[in-house]
Order: sequence, then structure tokens, then C-alpha cells
Amino acid sequence: MSEEAERITDIGPPHYSKFLPPVVKDNYGKWKYHEILEPGILRHVAESGDEIFSIRVASPRILTTLQARDLAEISDKYCEGFMRFTSRHNFEFLVSDKSKLEPLKAELAQRGIPKGGTGHSITNIVHTQGWIHCHTPAIDASGVVKAVMDDLFEYFGSHQLPAQLRISLACCLNMCGAVHCSDIAILGVHRTPPHIAHDKLRHLCEIPTTIASCPTGAIRPHPDKSIKSVVVNEERCMYCGNCYTMCPAMPLFDAEKGGVALLVGGKVSNAVNPPMFSRLAVPYIPNNPPRWPETVQAIRKIVIKYAEGANKWERVGEWIQRIGWEKFFEVCDIPFTFQHIDDYRWAYDTYRTSMHFKF
Amino acid sequence: MHKTPLLDQLESGPYPSFVTDLKRLLPTKPQVNDLLGQLERSYKEKITHWKHGGIVGVLGYGSGIIGRYSDLPNEFPGLEHFHTMRINQPSGWFYTSAAIRELCDIWDQYGSGVLNMHGATGDIVFLGTRTEELEPCFQALARKGFDIGGSGSAMRSPSCCVGPARCEWSCYDTLEACYDITQEYQFELHRPSFPYKFKFKFSGCPNDCVASVARADCSVIGVWKDDIRIDQSAVKAYAGGELKPRGGGSPYAKLDIQADVVELCPTGCMSFDGSTLKIDNRNCNHCMHCINLMPQALRPGTETGATLLIGSHAPILEGAQMSWVIVPFMEMEPPYDNLKEIAGNIMEWWAENGKNRERVGELILRLGMRNFLEALGLPPVPQSIKIPRANPFFFWKDADFEAEAAGKKYYTTK
Repeated sequence: MSEEAERITDIGPPHYSKFLPPVVKDNYGKWKYHEILEPGILRHVAESGDEIFSIRVASPRILTTLQARDLAEISDKYCEGFMRFTSRHNFEFLVSDKSKLEPLKAELAQRGIPKGGTGHSITNIVHTQGWIHCHTPAIDASGVVKAVMDDLFEYFGSHQLPAQLRISLACCLNMCGAVHCSDIAILGVHRTPPHIAHDKLRHLCEIPTTIASCPTGAIRPHPDKSIKSVVVNEERCMYCGNCYTMCPAMPLFDAEKGGVALLVGGKVSNAVNPPMFSRLAVPYIPNNPPRWPETVQAIRKIVIKYAEGANKWERVGEWIQRIGWEKFFEVCDIPFTFQHIDDYRWAYDTYRTSMHFKF
Repeated sequence: MHKTPLLDQLESGPYPSFVTDLKRLLPTKPQVNDLLGQLERSYKEKITHWKHGGIVGVLGYGSGIIGRYSDLPNEFPGLEHFHTMRINQPSGWFYTSAAIRELCDIWDQYGSGVLNMHGATGDIVFLGTRTEELEPCFQALARKGFDIGGSGSAMRSPSCCVGPARCEWSCYDTLEACYDITQEYQFELHRPSFPYKFKFKFSGCPNDCVASVARADCSVIGVWKDDIRIDQSAVKAYAGGELKPRGGGSPYAKLDIQADVVELCPTGCMSFDGSTLKIDNRNCNHCMHCINLMPQALRPGTETGATLLIGSHAPILEGAQMSWVIVPFMEMEPPYDNLKEIAGNIMEWWAENGKNRERVGELILRLGMRNFLEALGLPPVPQSIKIPRANPFFFWKDADFEAEAAGKKYYTTK
């Protein structure tokens, strides 16, 4: 009983005020404007005239405690120990003393920690676990991200694009990364129905829940009553993996047929146009570790065509909306396939009902 | 040491390499050798080697720990158990170096030393430990003031943008709202009792830096009702090129206020005569474009609060949804009783009506928006739709006839 009483539970996270630099506490809610002094360096100025500098640096999201301790050590040296991470999983050094800015920049350069990810850049790719820690992925996550960011590195530490460009990756349709409103979404896709382990299913799964899990009603009880299992109407299966989530005896991996799809033109910001979903651009690219060259090339091509073709301030989706999807497929040289035509819920909303198209 | 020729190829190139970083743990953490070895195997075979789930946890909690086991435990014994712990992050992801070191000390003692800063929902993710380490690790964290986050059919760790801590656009205190709501729902966070997951995300302005419109069942997005604040002298400085657009974050050296701002305004509510910028604020739709481009000249107004939007989620199962506006404007002041009341009603209606693994946005689609709004006691408002229905199949209920009989034009809940 006494041991029970000593346990600490349900305390929630620490209050954020413990972690705010004094200049932030003094000017909380009283910031006046900001500037981006150079790629990766923000200056926020308060109504009081106080200022804080943030140096944003690249992070692969997976960190070791050794790397986290290094970041803490650098923060002690230049930032009185204050730091934060961004919603895109980058890291920010919070500098209150302007004279520390140049020495910090020098140390980051010497340690090879790249700064960037501000303004009209490609910032870090928000992503999921992939093969390093997940049981449902069609592709790896961290490796694809590394390969793509290496290739697009020139856009991380610069402001040369017409607007910001947000890339996200999810390694299967479950989309833990919620990539469905990204300028470019990299998505791991399975393309084959689950393989049913009939001998294991009755031990591992509840048959009614498994049947109910299928959004297209493709799963039914095994017609042979002596086999306590299920069968899948393969023509109806769209490989969402929801049955596998409910029933471990229905894995749907296929080493050769799984791969990458690219969706483009989404955003969450309300600026100019409302938030938009990403739409299918490339239905399949082979899964090709360790550096996924075909995926990297396909993304680079879209980025370059966007940079060439977009008007000032236009996000990818706004550029495509203006030129039309048929032109997008043409300029990016992407073949249009049956997979591009929606046949799921609300598909009708995506069919053209006007003469407003281009040849 | 396992040989990792494929992963080694991810050590070159300018972006930080997770492989190089992970290798630093090899001298002290044998399980990381196995982690790299198994990952190499996945790179070779193009398939995952993690088994499906497994129910593990800490005493009294049903969430926050994701059971993870290798399907090759004989080859990679360090991965026989390799569970994830989700640790609820502080609002806005602010830390001190002391707090980071405390987290690292605990994770070095009880786990693999591998972290995600942060997971997709926002938690600090501790990647890889054994079942017997979970409880002591949890209590070591708790003694330092940290707690476990959500998973499964529970409240998930709420998250928020940087807010008033370092942003001039934040229309309410996203950090405090996030903290307060997280504390309010500790029980629901740690003891899964919902039909499925439920996420809160708090963004301070319509730029929505935490993507709440796309990924939160309950999206709280800051907004102002009054006039955009204008500093006309700064407007002139933008027009003259002394100030750079977007704070200097774009490739464009000088702002063309007419072409870049006025003509791109989605409502056409602005005009510029070469020296003074005028805004017809009653027709502004708060898109943020002009403010984003001219941060030294324009700021959101001072009558601020938030819009409440409901129902977004990723594609599983009915297809991806974005959140819908249900309350166009609400005050956002502690203790946030107005938000808690609506959220409580939503959870009750959802618990009553939702099917297993049905997100609240899907339930609204299945049962209808009217049903949902009536359950919450919310009136119909035009801000909640893009466009009225085109079909003629609208329902009439007794409540509508009763309202008519009472001399009202139409039935409403308020």
C-alpha cells in the first residue's frame, strides 16, 4: 500500500514557463514583428524593444541522447541553456545576447550542423518511423527523408522558391505523419491484398471485428466452416491495411510490389487560398533503398518545375490550380493513369464538369 | 558489429545523418548494433522486421507505451523487446539544457538512448526498451516532472504552436491553452475509453503552424474580430524598398504592394494609393497573406480569440477530412470553460454514438451535422459551410414545426 502511494501519476507535462528564456517571459504576448536576417536566423522584436534571435538548424528527428546532449552543451554556451524544437522537428537555438550570434554560427559551421528551414525554403521533412520501428510500413521513413533532403539541400539553406515548400512522408496509408495537406507528400503504398495466415488467424483475431474493419466490405467468413478464418475478395481490396491493424494474421507486405506514391499541392495555411488536400501525382515508384533514386528524381523534377512556373508567393497547390492539373502532368512529364481518377468516397467531386480545360 | 553496407551509404551528403548519429551509441548500447543490423536487413529485403503490437504498459495506464518486438529475436537479441514510450512534451517544445540532460540521463539508464524529437503527434518519443524497464523509467520521469503521453483509443497529447512566447501573430495563448487542456484530460489521456483517438491542436493564427485543420479532431485556431493594425509609415517603407517582404524570407527584394498584396487579397478588401494602405476590415476573411508579407506594417487586431473546428483526420478510413468550423469565434481565456464544455459534449455524443474506431469527423458524416450541432446546443451559422446544399432533400423535424407555430421564422438551438 505504501509503495502504491509513492507512485506519481497523471501529473501531465511540466509547465512550459519553466523552460522559457527570461526575454520571452518579459515579452510574452508582446512581440511586435520579426525579420529573417538570413536563411535559418530569425529576429523577433518586442514592443519593449527587446529582441531574441533564433537559429534554426536541421534535425533528422531521430536523435541519440549523445546528440541531444551536444545540442544542450551548445545551448549552454550561447543561449543560457534555452532551446526549442519546431513543429517540423527542426531545432532552434534561442539567443538572447546578440554578441553570441556570430560565435554560435561559427561553431555550427565547424560542427557541420546546417542552418536553414526559414521563409521560402524547403524545411525538414515531417515523417514517420518506417522500418526502424514500425510493423506496417511499405517503405522506410528516415532513409528516404535523408536521401531527399540531401538532394534538395540547396533549398534548405536558402530563400529561392516562390513560397515555402513543405514535404512530409508517411510510410503507409495509416499516415501517422498526416501528410495529406503537404506541398509534396511521400507516401508508402502497399499494392497487394493481405496474405491470410489461416492457421494463426483463429488464435490471434476476432473474426467479426476483422470483417467489420474492412471499409469496402471485402472480408467475409471462410466458406469452409471447419476453417475458422476469413477470405478476402481481392478485387475489392484497396490495401489500406486496416484489417492488419485489427488482425495480425493478415499482413499485406510485398517486398517487390510495395513502393512510393507522391501526392502534391496540399497546404494547411489559410494564406490567399484555403487549406488544400494533397492530390495524387505519381501513383507508384519502386522501393529502392538505400537512397531511393527514382523518388528523389521525381521530387526534384516537381520542385524545379514549380520554381520555374509559379508566380510570386504561390504555393505548389496554388500554382497547379492556376495552370490546371492537365498542364501540371504535362510540364512535370508524369503519365496520367487510371489510378489518378478517384473511385473512392466523394469521387464525383473530383470529376470535371466544365469546359475549363486546356489541350 | 553487424555489417551495414546499405545504411553506410546514408552517412554521406549534407543533411544530418541518423545513421552516423546512431553509430555513436554502438560502444555503449549493444541493442543499437542490433537495431542497425535489423534495419540493414530491411533495406536488403524491403520489408519490416517488427512484429505486430503487443500489449505492454505501466501500472494503471492503458496508453503511452507501444509494444514492439523483433520478428528476428535470435539474430538480433537486443531487439527482443524494443518498446516505444511516448512522453508528453512541454507546450511549444521549449526546453532547458538541464531538462534535456535529465531526459537523456533517464533514457540512457532505462533504454536504448534513441529518441525522436518529436513524434508526429508531438510527444517526445523514447525508442526502444524492455518490458521490465517501463515502470522504473516512468517513475524516474515522473520524479523529474514528466509524464507519459497518449496512444490507442484515448486523448492524445495535445500540441500547440510557439504562440505568444515568440510570435506576434498569436491571437490567444496557445501554450497555456494546450497545458490547461492536457491537465484537464489526464484521465482520458492515460486510460483509453473513447471509440478511437481524439486530438487537440492549438494554432495561434490562420497560418496554422501545427496543421490543426488537417490532423486534430478538435482544431483551435486563433483569429481576430476587429481591424488589422496598420503602421502606415512601415507601409511606406515596404513601398520604398527599405523593408523587405516576408521579413526577408523570400527571393524578392522589394514588395509591390499593389500586385503582391492588394491584388492577391482573396476578398479584394484592400486598396493602396501609393502611400496609404486601406483595408475594409468588415470584408477581410483573415487569410493572413498581407500580414505574412508585411510583418512590420500589419498585425492582427486586438479583439482576439479562436475559431473551433472539428473532425479532421488522416485517410483511414473514410478518406482524409479537414476540420469544419462549428464555432466561428470564442473567447480563449483561462480556465477555458467554454472550450471544455463544448469538448465535453462532443466526447459524450461521440461515446454514445460512435462505432469502434470511428473518428468524430466520420461520425458527424454518418449521423449528419444537424444531429451533431443539436447535441451540442450550437446554432446553425453560415460560417460553418462553404456553400449551402444543392439538393432538395432537407429534413423537417417536429422542432421546426413547433418553432413555426410559436411564430419563429426557423428553429435554432439558441
